[in-house]
Amino acid sequence: MPGSPDRHDMPEIPGFVETATLIAPRPEEGPKDHTMVLNMGPQHPSTHGVLRVVLEIDGETVVKLVPDIGYLHTGIEKTCEAKFYQQVVPLTDRIDYLSPMTNNLCYCLAVEKLLQLEIPERAQWMRVLLNELTRLNSHLIWLGTHAMDIGALTVFLYTFREREDILRIFEQVSGQRMMTSYFRIGGLALDLPLGFFDTVQSFIKILPEKIDEYENLLTGNPIFINRLKNVGYLSPENAIAFGVTGPPLRASGVDWDLRRDMPYSSYEKFKFEVPISNDGDVWARYVVRLREMRESVKICQQALDGMPEGPIKADAPHVVLPDREKMKTQMEALIYHFKIVTEGFQVPAGEVYQAVESPRGEMGYYVVSDGTAKPWRVHMRNPSFATLQALETMCVGRLIADVVAVIGSIDIVLGEIDR
Amino acid sequence: MAEALLNKDAVYAGLAQNVAVQALRAAHPDAVTNAKFDRGELTLVIAADAIRAACRTLQRAGYNFFEDVTCVDWYPAEPRFQVTYHILSHKLKERVRLHVMVESIDPSVDSITPVWPSANFYEREVWDLFGVRFNGHPGLRRIMLPEEWDGHPLRKDYPVEGYR
Repeated sequence: MPGSPDRHDMPEIPGFVETATLIAPRPEEGPKDHTMVLNMGPQHPSTHGVLRVVLEIDGETVVKLVPDIGYLHTGIEKTCEAKFYQQVVPLTDRIDYLSPMTNNLCYCLAVEKLLQLEIPERAQWMRVLLNELTRLNSHLIWLGTHAMDIGALTVFLYTFREREDILRIFEQVSGQRMMTSYFRIGGLALDLPLGFFDTVQSFIKILPEKIDEYENLLTGNPIFINRLKNVGYLSPENAIAFGVTGPPLRASGVDWDLRRDMPYSSYEKFKFEVPISNDGDVWARYVVRLREMRESVKICQQALDGMPEGPIKADAPHVVLPDREKMKTQMEALIYHFKIVTEGFQVPAGEVYQAVESPRGEMGYYVVSDGTAKPWRVHMRNPSFATLQALETMCVGRLIADVVAVIGSIDIVLGEIDR
Repeated sequence: MAEALLNKDAVYAGLAQNVAVQALRAAHPDAVTNAKFDRGELTLVIAADAIRAACRTLQRAGYNFFEDVTCVDWYPAEPRFQVTYHILSHKLKERVRLHVMVESIDPSVDSITPVWPSANFYEREVWDLFGVRFNGHPGLRRIMLPEEWDGHPLRKDYPVEGYR
């Protein structure tokens, strides 16, 4: 099984070398006589949000590239400090708005670790199932927009058709299409609706054919191949030096996936492969993500087949809101409900860092508690933020049009970069 | 979950085989001022002047991947700022957390960008939002907020809704 924790045959991972020699810091200097500075963004359709890229170009060749971020900064980390622990969950949706469930999961796991709560198996498996659907959702958007950047407009319509099915599933469980907030500290927010598994099953069944359909449109398309192959090369050493995670790291040949290597929420019980490629270019990232989608389908199928029975919330009345039914009939439940809603619940002092594999790479939540009902500090380590640092290395010496392809291939979400 | 070890001696005794503990103990016996193992996570408190050397030692010991640096403001306590590093080893599948405590007056700490270039944006973020300087950083300027912004919003004495 690829998920085995002690694989001694694992190849030597690069990055132990003196990385400082690879990238010497550049002196801050202005443009030279024969170069000009070009502003790309913040309002540019291929920057996937409000990313401003300052390009220094020589003819059409990129000489220097500086990403400028912060246009979406809303101070979520500061807001978290003024809220109760349970009130932070809806804020986490807004960070990476293409994978809300992954954010919910990461935050909940961190606080549950602080509280040392045991989560029932059914809730853990549901979290895995919904997380893989989130990954599919996110990769579908990536594929559609990435292909659109390259000029293949049709794929966008196809992927958004399937994305709509996933959003309907999300709506079914949580009542919301995008900002789900379905995972709560201690389990899930609500019981599953009737017919939920049938809906997911029928979706999972048709999806592999749809992925074939996308591949028919793109994988053999000579224009698409020429725009992607050998563009935006990132070596494994540089990927590690810049803190790149997720599909771009695996496309550079580093075999690392948190779901397999540091499993959380029962991922160790699922069998799946971690696709990697040694090419390190935009094409490799495309191939890796498409294969990842097929693996996600497999995980969803396993979750549906083996879904355990049981409760969906932890047995912790001081943390988990009681059922509506109990609240109307039992005095204790009413008191707990009142206390949790009005004064929150106290979390023992301490600090934890919880990382999960989001569709974009390693997402980590660092939560510090001082023993009160409000977090002293919540910090998010977001994958796109680190990956953006590698953008210059991937683009220098290439054409401006390649910058568009590279930005698409690292699949950035500005909401999580700026927070 | 393993039992919590809450001071340096307990960690040194209980986690004598841990690669990070071994490497730092051997290379910089005075650099580790405190340690803690809580909820399955190892935290080492490093003296402020030794952070770059400690990071280099950890990198050579197999902790190849820098994840994150951030800060916690313990206002009004002194030392006020706790700069927190998370470092991961792909090979050992382990993570270590480093703390550096920084005083409130002219807070600064050595940059670790010579060891891990990926710390660049993270250190700029800490400078921007907490006002902790990183000595030797290749371009320490604000990253989220505009250059002319007044103050560092994630400090505890900065009101949530800003100054009016």
